[in-house]
Amino acid sequence: MTIIARTVCALTLGGFFLAALAIGCGSGGGGSGDNQESGTIFTPRMMADALYAVIESDRTVYTREVVDRLQDEEKVIKASEHWKDDKALPLPAQMFRMGAKMASDKTNVFSYSLLSLWPINKQNAPKTEVEKQGLEAVAERQKPFYAKETLGGKTFFTAVYPDAAVAPACINCHNNHKDSPRSDFKLGKTMGGVVIRIPLSQR
Amino acid sequence: MRTRTSWGLLVFCNLLIGAFFIWRLQTDNQQAFLPGEATHGHHQIELACEACHIPFEGVPQKACLDCHAEELEMANDSHAESVFSDPRNLAELELLNARLCVSCHVEHRPGMVTSMGVTVPDDHCFHCHFDIAEQRPTHTEMDFNTCATAGCHNFHDNRALYEDFLLEHSDEPGVLVTPLVSKRDEPEALGPPLSFGDHDAPADREVDPALLAEWAGTVHARTGVNCSDCHVAEDPKALWDDSPTHKACKSCHENEVSGFLGGKHGMRIASGLSPMSPSLARLSMDPEAMERELGCTSCHDAHKFDTTRAALDSCLGCHADNHSKSYKDSPHFKLWQEEVSGIGVPGSGVSCATCHLPRESHKKGDDKWVLVQHNQNKNLQPNEKMIRGVCMECHGLSFSIDALADPVLIERNFQGQPSRHVESVDMAVQRAIEDLKRKKK
Repeated sequence: MTIIARTVCALTLGGFFLAALAIGCGSGGGGSGDNQESGTIFTPRMMADALYAVIESDRTVYTREVVDRLQDEEKVIKASEHWKDDKALPLPAQMFRMGAKMASDKTNVFSYSLLSLWPINKQNAPKTEVEKQGLEAVAERQKPFYAKETLGGKTFFTAVYPDAAVAPACINCHNNHKDSPRSDFKLGKTMGGVVIRIPLSQR
Repeated sequence: MRTRTSWGLLVFCNLLIGAFFIWRLQTDNQQAFLPGEATHGHHQIELACEACHIPFEGVPQKACLDCHAEELEMANDSHAESVFSDPRNLAELELLNARLCVSCHVEHRPGMVTSMGVTVPDDHCFHCHFDIAEQRPTHTEMDFNTCATAGCHNFHDNRALYEDFLLEHSDEPGVLVTPLVSKRDEPEALGPPLSFGDHDAPADREVDPALLAEWAGTVHARTGVNCSDCHVAEDPKALWDDSPTHKACKSCHENEVSGFLGGKHGMRIASGLSPMSPSLARLSMDPEAMERELGCTSCHDAHKFDTTRAALDSCLGCHADNHSKSYKDSPHFKLWQEEVSGIGVPGSGVSCATCHLPRESHKKGDDKWVLVQHNQNKNLQPNEKMIRGVCMECHGLSFSIDALADPVLIERNFQGQPSRHVESVDMAVQRAIEDLKRKKK
C-alpha cells in the first residue's frame, strides 16, 4: 500500500477512534464508567450517525482535496482503478473500501460499506431487502434510512446514508466507465449509499 | 480367570498402542498420523504436522497465512478475506465460509486435488457470479468449472488477467522487440577486492589450493568476502565452521535465503525437517541424484558460486521430468547457449532459473534493484502467476496466456507454437470497441 493510502487509512481510522471516544466520553466527559454513572445512553442510531459523520467527512476531503484537486484541477497525478500498476491515486471508492477493510480487521462492533443501485462492480449492488429499501429511500429523499435486519441468524441495526457526487471526479468517472449502468449522474445528486451495520446480538 | 487375563491383555495392548503413538508424537517421524497424502505444495512438510496443525484445534487460518499472506498481498488477492467479511455475506458464508483457506483447500485428500495442485470446488465461482452472463453476454455458453481452468481467471491472482491489463497489452507481438530479462545487481562489496594470497583461512587448517583458486575467481573475492566471512561457526566460542549452512549465506543474501526457505528447495529446513532431497520428490528425478541434500551450496557450489551453473546445470543435475528433459531441445536453451558463449547479449538467454527463479525488479524512491526470487512457489501454480513476472519480459501477453494454457507445449518445453487460443484478450478488445461505439451515439 502506498504511503498516501496508508496515511488516509490511518486518518480514517483515527477519525473512528475520535468518534468512538466522543461517544464514550459523552456529556459525562469521562470513560465508560462515567457514562454508566451519569446514565448517558448512546443508541445504535446515534453511534451510526457519528460514524457516518466521520466517514462522509473523510470521503469528501479525499475526493475534493486530493483526487479532484490533483487529478482534475492541477492535473498533477491521476486516480486509477489500477492505482498500483498505474502509479496513481486510489479512487475515492477504493480508499473508502480500504478503510472499511482495515476497520473490519480491527473491530467487529460495526462495519460499513459503499453500495449503489447503479454500481460499477455488480457485487456492490443491494443484496439484502433492507439494503434495497435503504438505497431506494436515500436516492429518493436524500435522508438517512434506518432498519433492523437479521443476517445469518444475527440481528443488526442497519443505517443507510445517501452518498452524493461531491466533486466532478465522481461523475466523470461513473458516467464514462464501461461497466457503469448510468451515464447521467449529476453533481450533488445521490449516486449510492453508505451502509453502516451495528450488531445487536451475538448470534 | 481366563476372562480376567483377556481383559488384562486388552488393556495392556491398548496401553501399548497408546504409548506407541505418544512416543511417535515426540519423534520427527509422524507418518503414523498422516491421514492421506498432502498436496504437491505441502507434501515435503507433511510430516511436520505442527507446521499447520495445533493439537485439538485443527488448522488455524494463521497457519496458512504465516506462509502465504505476503504472497496474497503481493498478488492483490482478488478474493481476500475482507471481500467476504461484511455481514451482508453472512448467509452465503453459512453455506461456504470463504474467509478460511481450508474451506476450499482441503489437505490430505489426494483424490480431490485438481490440476492446480490444490483441492477446490469445481464451480466455486457460481455462488457469487451466477449471473455473469447478464453482464458479459460472451460468457453465456461457458461452464462455471472453466472460469479458472481455461487461462482466463484466477481466484486469487489476476494481476495479468484483469480486463484493462488485457486491453493495454492487446497488440503485443508473440516475441517483444527487445526480449531481455533484467540484469542482476551485484551485492554491495564488503571490502576491497581479494586475490588468492589474501585468504584468511586459519593457519592450522589444510586448505585445498584448488578451492582457494575457485574462490579467488568469484564475485565473493571481487567484493571482499573472505573465508572467515562465510565459515562462521554458529557456536560463538568456535572460530571456524567447515560446512557453513544457509544461515551464513543469509548474513549477506537475506532475501535469497528467505525465498529459498519458503520455496520447494528449503521449506523442509524451514519446518525443522531434514533438508529436501531428490529421493523425497514427487517429480521425476535423476536416479543418480537421489541421495543429494539441498542447501545453498548444492546448486551454487561451495566455493565457485557459479550462477551460470546454478541457473541450469544444477537444476538438470536432479530434475528429470519431461519438461526438464525437453529443455535442451528448446529455443530457450538455444538463446541461453548464445548468451553464455557471448554471441547473445546479456539477458537474452533463458535458463531454468529465468522462469522458475526469476529476477524481480524493485524500486523505492530513486533506488532500483534486482533480486533473484528463490521461492518457486510464487509463480508456479496456477501458472498464470508466471505471466507478468516472467513471460512478459520477452513475450506478448496474449501469446503468454496461450502458451501457458497448453499443457503439451509446456511438457515439450515450448518447442513449437501454442495449439489453442484463449480468447480473453479478444473479448476485452471487443468490449472496448463496443463501449466506444456506445459513447459516440
